[in-house]
Amino acid sequence: MTNFVNSLGIILFATLVYATPLLYGALGSCFSEVSGVVNIGIEGMMTAGAFTGTVIAYFTGSPWIGFLCGGLAGAFFGMLHAFATVSLGADQTIAGTAINMLGPGIVIMIAKVLFNSTDTIPLSASQKMPKLFAGTFDTSTVFGRFMDNVFATYVSTYLVFVAVIIVWFIFYKTRFGLRLRACGEHPQACETLGINVIAMRFACVCISGFLSGLGGACVTMALSTQFRPISIVGQGFIAIAAVIFGKFRPQGALLGCLLFGFCSGLKVVLGGSSGVNMHLISMIPYVVTVIVLVLFVGKSRVPAANGKPYIKAK
Amino acid sequence: MTKKKGFLDVISENRFIHILLSILLGFLVGAVFLVIMNLSVSAAYGRLINSVTSLKGFSYVVVYAVPYIVAGLSVAFSFKTGVFNIGAEGQFVVGSMAAVVTSIFGASLPKPLLIPLCFLAAMAAGAIWGIIVGVLKTKWGINEVLSMIMFNWIAFYLSNFIAGIPAIKNEGTAEATKNIADNASLLFSKDFIKSAGLAPTANWGFIAAIVATVLIWFIIEKTTLGYELKAVGSNKFAAEYGGISVNRSILTALAISGALAGLAGALQVMGMGKRISIFTSQEGFGFAGIVVALIGCSNPFGVLVAGLFYGALMYGGSKLNLEGVPTQLINVIVGTVVFFIAISVIFENLKRLKGRAAVKKAVAEKEGKK
Repeated sequence: MTNFVNSLGIILFATLVYATPLLYGALGSCFSEVSGVVNIGIEGMMTAGAFTGTVIAYFTGSPWIGFLCGGLAGAFFGMLHAFATVSLGADQTIAGTAINMLGPGIVIMIAKVLFNSTDTIPLSASQKMPKLFAGTFDTSTVFGRFMDNVFATYVSTYLVFVAVIIVWFIFYKTRFGLRLRACGEHPQACETLGINVIAMRFACVCISGFLSGLGGACVTMALSTQFRPISIVGQGFIAIAAVIFGKFRPQGALLGCLLFGFCSGLKVVLGGSSGVNMHLISMIPYVVTVIVLVLFVGKSRVPAANGKPYIKAK
Repeated sequence: MTKKKGFLDVISENRFIHILLSILLGFLVGAVFLVIMNLSVSAAYGRLINSVTSLKGFSYVVVYAVPYIVAGLSVAFSFKTGVFNIGAEGQFVVGSMAAVVTSIFGASLPKPLLIPLCFLAAMAAGAIWGIIVGVLKTKWGINEVLSMIMFNWIAFYLSNFIAGIPAIKNEGTAEATKNIADNASLLFSKDFIKSAGLAPTANWGFIAAIVATVLIWFIIEKTTLGYELKAVGSNKFAAEYGGISVNRSILTALAISGALAGLAGALQVMGMGKRISIFTSQEGFGFAGIVVALIGCSNPFGVLVAGLFYGALMYGGSKLNLEGVPTQLINVIVGTVVFFIAISVIFENLKRLKGRAAVKKAVAEKEGKK
């Protein structure tokens, strides 16, 4: 029983920690896709954020400045994507592919120049993302240890859940959100009502980059302590998958990310006890996603104007 | 109207020139980064050019290019039919693993039998990987981009799992499969490589790449199948109305695209790769295929040239270390090239430099067209 509670605590901890970066990326993806811009560049934006976050935290000594700068680095690449796709009406898939090459390319090159290595120098404890409720719970009891495992976790994890609520509120309870969704469904109609579709989409893609950058920074500042070229390997694509899985709603994306996070958590716990092949366990999240899609979720309705460049009528 | 076209008109209308300009701008941005890093532009680009222009260097480029060309064909074919095959990565992986497994179990077969068998196994594996996604889409309406991303990872871990099975695993300490059987190897004979002064991994793969290029061009341009697939790609509702089964077309397109990506995997491992390692991250041949397809304008022959260009950058880039230049520079250059290809609309606007009159005329023409 004690073992079970311990394991459960560790799984929940890992679920939340692994879901966090995915969730930032997924919220970012929501902004972009719902406003009508396909953004497969999330991966590149996350990589930029992952590198910038940890480097700035290392040089300034402040995890918060680092975290914020990680977001801004993502926003910079978001701006590039927005400039190409929204301002110039470029093919969104091609531009996203470019971002996915440029992001890692540029930051790893900077890493080589700054540190003469593709890896950054590991952050010290004070530079790392702080934990909330660390030491609050009495770890000598089973219940205390469970609570410590689950709730004494990184601030970035708490923040992302707040962010989900905020994004949900923005999407469904504000005028901005209504306009944002309308831009992804019928931009021409929006324009006739005096909404500046170009400006809306531009802003949304930048926000998308900012959130993805924060997600990347979580990987290098909370999950690990340094940036390496393999820090971001596919999390951006998984975030996009979670959004499609969640039918382009922030609350749906939350479920998707928790599913992936949970499977990663399971991997951490099962991986310790030998006997089961690690590679097969690693496959679980992806197989489960497909099964869940077939059995429960089914068709995902893409915003009607998603992927179509909006060209203002003269 | 027989007015002679001006210089800017030619630039702004020719897609091929847009690509060349994009490549030029890519190298320009690369040069800017080199200057910022206080490195010599001429040394870096000189090394890049020198390393790919010798006979040996060029043979390396061709060897590198083969999987990129065929993976590029896979993505280009899917683009033509309106599907974005982001799943080429996974299809490539299962294809290369199928080739290795076939070669290990069929090691005693003669070369003329084993090589086609490995190709077939790889193409079948890739096609199945594509068809699964197609069935998920056509039967349950599941977004293909989503399921392709999932199946890329499933393929990745499946390959790692198979590589660890005792019958497949390398006898030595290497975390990899056994080498492919000699009878499945596409390498030129050692004597020939030595006497001709080629790269040690020079192989017959490029013949397969050229055959695949011509074949895909033929299918797209000269067959009913190609016509139907293109029709679905440009307007699926019109195609459906015209009596073409959209679902069947999507399945066919994904099967062919998957088979190509699988073949690319087989060519890689039967030529240059020899065996498959247990990887910690995706190798990215499929993603490279996307880039190659974009640079090649999704035209099979364009892809052939783009694949060689990409191979040259990858091989030449691996030599940049010798000049103290981070090899990542190549990714920045390629990324910039793709970025400018995406926004090549700016080149179309170049003719506006000619002044207001030209702009007015262009607008009038546009209105007239509508």
